[in-house]
Amino acid sequence: MAILDILKLPDPRLKQVSTPVEHFDAALRDFVADLEETRQDGPAAVGIAAPQVGHFERIVIVDCSSRPKTPNHGNLVLINPEIVHWEGYAMGREGCLSVPDYTGNVIRATQIRLRAQDPEGVVHEYEMEGYEARAVQHEIDHLDGMLFVDRVVSRRTDLYRRKTYAKKKSPKSAA
Amino acid sequence: MSDWMMLTLVGADRPGIVSRVTRALCGVGCNLGEASMLRLGGNFTIMMMVATERPESALREALAPVAETLGLRLHIDTVNGDLHQHLLPNVQVRVSGADRTGIVADVTEALAEQGFHILELESDVAGDSASPLYIMNIQGYSECSLETLTGALAGLDRRGVSVEVAPIDVMIG
Repeated sequence: MAILDILKLPDPRLKQVSTPVEHFDAALRDFVADLEETRQDGPAAVGIAAPQVGHFERIVIVDCSSRPKTPNHGNLVLINPEIVHWEGYAMGREGCLSVPDYTGNVIRATQIRLRAQDPEGVVHEYEMEGYEARAVQHEIDHLDGMLFVDRVVSRRTDLYRRKTYAKKKSPKSAA
Repeated sequence: MSDWMMLTLVGADRPGIVSRVTRALCGVGCNLGEASMLRLGGNFTIMMMVATERPESALREALAPVAETLGLRLHIDTVNGDLHQHLLPNVQVRVSGADRTGIVADVTEALAEQGFHILELESDVAGDSASPLYIMNIQGYSECSLETLTGALAGLDRRGVSVEVAPIDVMIG
């Protein structure tokens, strides 16, 4: 077990597209253990992707189980993950181990169906929503060389929700 | 190091302000830090952190022709950098209501009494001149529960101001 170095922007390797995992062997499981240890070592990250430690295979870990009132599937090691269906969208604030001291608002699907293999190579499907779905989309982006800073809509504000607009007066001069 | 200055530039809005101001600063070797550049009404406003070893007079000299041409007022303060140690907002307060004097004071006073630390505040006057609508979005840090903050702001709802308190959930991945 080892804590691995996290690549940080502007390291160009973060833009590299990762390749599918083909061998579900002990080396893979060793790497996953290191990746998990690295995730836990950092500041409260709910996810980490292999390319963040300079390993360019399609491997991510997501674990939202430490958050209260957040629907989640526990600690997930997702190999060759693929979102096969998505629905809805919402703005939410994200940060990243590879971009310290910066957060920004990003639009993500609110519900996804995910297909991924586990470290033994077995295929699973997951229905995910909200925070966990956001985390998975953020991590899968890393596998495609995409960072959340490439998707930030607004640093400061989120979309103002129209439904909260007050409707104070009846029109004075109705046509 | 406190080689940072806060530059404030304000003038009538028009295209080209940012490029000409920043090119002039670049010309005297200034490094730009965090900045807020925003149209407010018909004005363009710049608040910008600038790191430089040059004296303030050198900046004023470099910016004078640009400020003159574009009609910008310039103000400079020496400040601490304090970068890379931001307090993250964890609560968002959205406010809207028929525009009247005192909305901001009422809302922020109620928040201040709870020790709420405002990190960002943006406001707009929407609607039209016959019935202006004041909209404000505050992000800040609070150790109080959402219920406590909502309770502290409850009186405003009764006075026709819609206030919504929501958590800011940062997903770090």
